[in-house]
Amino acid sequence: MKYPELKEMAQKIRIDVIREVHAAGSGHPGGSLSAADIITALYFREMNIDPKNPKMLTRDKFILSKGHAAPVQYAALAEKGFFPKEELLTLRKLGSKLQGHPDMKKVPGIEMSTGSLGQGFSVAVGMALANNMDNNEGRIYALLGDGELQEGLVWEAAMSAAHYALDNLTVILDWNGLQIDGRNEDVMTVSPVDEKFRSFGWNILYVDGHNFDEIVEAFNQARHTEGKPTMIIAKTIKGKGVSFMEDNPGWHGKAPSEEEAKKAVEELGGEW
Amino acid sequence: MAEKMATRQAYGQVLVELGEKYDNLVVMDADLSKSTMTADFSKNFPERFFNMGIAEQNLYGTATGLAMSGKIVCASTFAMFAAGRAFEIIRNSIGYPHANVKICATHAGITVGEDGASHQTFEDLALMRTIPGMTVINPGDGVSAKELIRQAVAFVGPVYIRLGRAAVPTIYNEKSEIQIGKGNCVRKGKDYTIIATGIMVNEALVAAEQLAKEGLDVRVIDLHTIKPIDEEIILQAARETKGIVTAEEHSVIGGLGAAVAEVVCRHAPVKMAFVGQQDTFGESGKPDELKEKYGMTAAHIVTAVRSL
Repeated sequence: MKYPELKEMAQKIRIDVIREVHAAGSGHPGGSLSAADIITALYFREMNIDPKNPKMLTRDKFILSKGHAAPVQYAALAEKGFFPKEELLTLRKLGSKLQGHPDMKKVPGIEMSTGSLGQGFSVAVGMALANNMDNNEGRIYALLGDGELQEGLVWEAAMSAAHYALDNLTVILDWNGLQIDGRNEDVMTVSPVDEKFRSFGWNILYVDGHNFDEIVEAFNQARHTEGKPTMIIAKTIKGKGVSFMEDNPGWHGKAPSEEEAKKAVEELGGEW
Repeated sequence: MAEKMATRQAYGQVLVELGEKYDNLVVMDADLSKSTMTADFSKNFPERFFNMGIAEQNLYGTATGLAMSGKIVCASTFAMFAAGRAFEIIRNSIGYPHANVKICATHAGITVGEDGASHQTFEDLALMRTIPGMTVINPGDGVSAKELIRQAVAFVGPVYIRLGRAAVPTIYNEKSEIQIGKGNCVRKGKDYTIIATGIMVNEALVAAEQLAKEGLDVRVIDLHTIKPIDEEIILQAARETKGIVTAEEHSVIGGLGAAVAEVVCRHAPVKMAFVGQQDTFGESGKPDELKEKYGMTAAHIVTAVRSL
């Protein structure tokens, strides 16, 4: 997919997110919208995946370590054709395959059940190790939240990925600066992220997480980096694309009312 | 007395055998490979061994990633840090998606000895059996440990295998029928039943010998699989004998005793007594001294049977 189409797809995915979370009456719109462009670039440009053959041996794998952004992953999977789009409106409802946090046993295309922060990253390291053992060219991607970096397991995983020189692993940090209780730096300082990861032995790249040229180029660079894992620090805006949600921690885990959802969808260029 | 072997030693030996049989078997450790006995596997199959350093959460997270990629993974550390420190990773990353990880946890219980309370776990069986779909195994000797590990590796799904530090007498031989989920009646008897697990199986046999001298005919069951539990063998004992004593190197809260009681009180209520760690922390000492002080010897089982 080319850049203008990626941009269009990302807006469609954002609209899906609003509809999903509104229909569910709960969920996490803020961190889903901040990650929408990164997720779009992964699913529609970067990754070698096939919805008709979701278990293809040499596929690339994506793990949403910040599992609460499930609505954006579900939207991308549905747009990609892993399951019908109508199902998006069953999010978080009893009996739905679309659980509040991703469940690999229920949803085709989900590589790992996540939700408990830090764990997806650790599992991604294990998958990268396995692919190295098997000379499998499939690459492993994981998306982390900035608040998630406060988990101790993240640093255990970071240490081990560098130790085993996992250059088939690319982690993207959705750096929107906010977590439930407020700004990262007020809750628990995580910066400087780049210096920390670099000192752990990682290759560090910086992008505007809403600029497809930069995101795609970073994936290219990561693919050509040898001997160390790559972290792409993507500066993003929480709630990106919806004026009243942008950079507002109040929208971390709250569903929009009908009026708000309508306004959001229209701002994103859709019809309610 | 029969030959002695620690169940962790049996684990180390059977891993090498299984490494030959399964080329997708991967073994992982958290800087304790000489103690957990995974070191032999690492020497034989260095390309299939990963030391994850002193980081048990990441040990089980990465083990999951390897399992999700088609590997059979045996991941080892001390039981305290596997079931305790990494509990939530085991619950959410291994249990919930039913990952094919075998959590082979050594140095369980009071017989860790001199290391003291911080390393003596009495909670692991209780924690692990609350995880849906988790198979929980606690072998009583080297022979059964090997056979149960072979079977655990042969099926797809998460397993917690509890292994001990100290050498214990061998109860079984290579011809014994040992099967995950099936208790073994290791001594027949019609007056009372002792249901034991792990190193307490041998203590139970010694206790039954002593009670025989008093004219009591005591049945001994090795319940090496805590989950799925063998209801049939338990209910048979509840119906055919006058009472059940459970014996475990684990807290009397939530472990074997509780699991047996859950079965008995639903279907065939019978008087029970519980031998195990009595809701207290341990301390440093020699394994035998600690078993004596904290009430986990044959003599304590004898007293418990008499109390019924």
